[in-house]
Amino acid sequence: MDNQLYLSSSPHIHSGETTDKVMRLVIYALLPASALSIYFFGLPALGVLLICTLGCLAFEAISGKLMKQPLTLVDGSAALTGILLALNLPPSCPWWIALFGSAVAILIGKQIYGGLGYNPFNPALVARVVLLISFPVQMTSWTAPAPLGSGIDAVTAATPLGEMKTAVMLTGKLPELAGSGFGHYFTGNMAGCLGEVSAAALLLGGLFLLYKKIITWHIPVSFLGTVLLIGGIFWLVDPSKYPSPLFHLLTGGLLLGAFFMATDMVTSPVAFKGMLIFGFGCGLLTVLIRLFGGYPEGVSFAILLMNACTPLIDRYTRPKIYGQVQNT
Amino acid sequence: MTLKTFTGGLHPPDSKQSSAHKPIERCPLPAELVIPAAQHIGAPAEICVAVGDQVKKGQVIAQAKGFVSVPIHASTSGEVIAVEPRLHPMGRALPAVVIKPDGLDQWDETLTANDPGQLDAEELKTLVREAGIVGLGGATFPAHVKLSPPEGKTIDTLILNGVECEPYLTADHRLMLEQAERIIDGINILRKILGVKTAIIGIEANKPDAIAHLEKECAAHDIQVQPLKVQYPQGAEKQLIDACLGRQVPSGGLPMDCGVVVQNVGTCAAISDAVRLGRPLVERIATVTGPGISEPKNLLIAIGTPLQHLVDQCGGLEGEPAKIIMGGPMMGQTQLSLEVPAIRGTSGLLIFREQDLQIKPAGPCIRCGRCISVCPIHLQPTTIAAYARLELIDEAESYHALDCIECGCCTYICPATLPLVQSIRHAKGGIMAKRRKL
Repeated sequence: MDNQLYLSSSPHIHSGETTDKVMRLVIYALLPASALSIYFFGLPALGVLLICTLGCLAFEAISGKLMKQPLTLVDGSAALTGILLALNLPPSCPWWIALFGSAVAILIGKQIYGGLGYNPFNPALVARVVLLISFPVQMTSWTAPAPLGSGIDAVTAATPLGEMKTAVMLTGKLPELAGSGFGHYFTGNMAGCLGEVSAAALLLGGLFLLYKKIITWHIPVSFLGTVLLIGGIFWLVDPSKYPSPLFHLLTGGLLLGAFFMATDMVTSPVAFKGMLIFGFGCGLLTVLIRLFGGYPEGVSFAILLMNACTPLIDRYTRPKIYGQVQNT
Repeated sequence: MTLKTFTGGLHPPDSKQSSAHKPIERCPLPAELVIPAAQHIGAPAEICVAVGDQVKKGQVIAQAKGFVSVPIHASTSGEVIAVEPRLHPMGRALPAVVIKPDGLDQWDETLTANDPGQLDAEELKTLVREAGIVGLGGATFPAHVKLSPPEGKTIDTLILNGVECEPYLTADHRLMLEQAERIIDGINILRKILGVKTAIIGIEANKPDAIAHLEKECAAHDIQVQPLKVQYPQGAEKQLIDACLGRQVPSGGLPMDCGVVVQNVGTCAAISDAVRLGRPLVERIATVTGPGISEPKNLLIAIGTPLQHLVDQCGGLEGEPAKIIMGGPMMGQTQLSLEVPAIRGTSGLLIFREQDLQIKPAGPCIRCGRCISVCPIHLQPTTIAAYARLELIDEAESYHALDCIECGCCTYICPATLPLVQSIRHAKGGIMAKRRKL
């Protein structure tokens, strides 16, 4: 026996679940939503997806090289950030905005803090908000879905949430939800960001993540539940002014945010109790921004604000350890 | 039916199928037995034989030193051919007695059988101590210490650990199937020593044959058999107590602080031998297994048998060994060589080849929280480990590093393949060192 033996302290086996596998599964979970966005918005959507994904990979590689760090592309986190960013952009967004967004996400959102695991804010959302504030025109020019093969290039349209905000601001009343409807929202037939259009596809991906135990129910359920509850209370108070909870649920980036953005492990609390508080905060802020804020959509801001609270939440939700109870 | 369990933990593949159906086989004696003086938690025994001495099986070759210590006995009859430091499972050379068996395997005639019915609790406890009984689950804590609760502590329940939650190991499983009467006799002796009536045998539900068999055998003895959910570390003392009784051992305390004594089923059988037959702990059952072993088996081995000899009894090695583990894959210790002897705490020998190891470089923590959800003590392993890496020992202590039972669940589950429990061990060492200085 001349070969070398490994010496290490226990345990000597591993589950085989690794970071790159986790990232890969989240990417798989986003495929239905990505595919539907291409179906509804055509080649522009494909373009945005490609630019963001390749852009994020490139910026990750370049910054890693500059910081003399080992290549981290294989962990899949940069590609995932790219896809998430793309799903947070309007299909009509120009290529240079998508590319600039990729740079912001990777460089300012993540690498500047030390790379994967150290960023306090969700990188894709940092980029989205930077773009939204810097390029408000391009970032809020929406096109109505023009399914592949329909022969239509692009028709400008408003998002359901934008429509609502404008109408409420102008008339104090909700607009008629004519032409659209919950069925359309559910399948994805409405104007919006790439990843906001199809509730069904997002739900499918979210359930896949839950099934694969990549995420737990705590954040999505508390986030969505809070939106339904608080949105529902306002609706009951004045249904002519405030939209129904189902409208809240199916429009905008809520499902994308609740299943894929708020559940980002790096930027959300680690313990279950903390996750519930985090999800509640996200839900509350989302409804408040949607109903009373300057922007029609509040999911990104809500999640980023709660990201900032994560260390505090973690500090006050430390699990009670075994043996701290005194037996009687 | 929902099975009793604790919160936290996980379920690694149990990998027991290669040896679970193999009856216990007596392993022939090797050419020489290497019997270390340190085989238990506490003070090592003091060697009391010299080169050239003839010893009988069961004769004391090293005396207990202090209360938390036990004597060590010759595992067979023969000649002492060396008293010198030999490579110990702990990873360094430690004092040991080397015996060349004479082939007669003759018991020391001074050892006499006893009738437990005729002895009182103190006398029984003395027999247990003199027989060198230690916890055979792997921790090797002297049994008589657990059986001596200080004034003011009342014990109301005896729990027998037949969980065997470590993957690969099947020694306790076979013992429960084949030698239930020894276990039951040991339980009765333990109940007499402790003055308790309630006795519960906890067994993981992946051993339905053992559960059924013990239920049948225990019916007449008022012993409860408790099937438990297959969940690692179900067999860790604190988790077993929680699962069986819903009680928690206070942080920093012992099972006796919540009225419980836990003994492994193997220890129980050894206690029966010690009292009824007067025979000290000179042999034990161990599972020799793993993908690096040709023919995995459950062997009854003489204490001090070199690991190489065990491998030879199991058809030799399968491929090149890359990791030699004494114990199970979750908590076992890696060994420097197959020259190392099996000792009282050797519940198994597990050999992995290069292709069986999943060695990946550690990445950054992605804060997924899995280590927290699997920790059976509900610690925050990643936080403690991060403090440990920065040598922030006080912070690690404030996150209850000392409560860690080192089960390894956190490292097993970590997607960043961080050595979490290893870092926590480092922190624990630092905390203890600091406390000694104060």
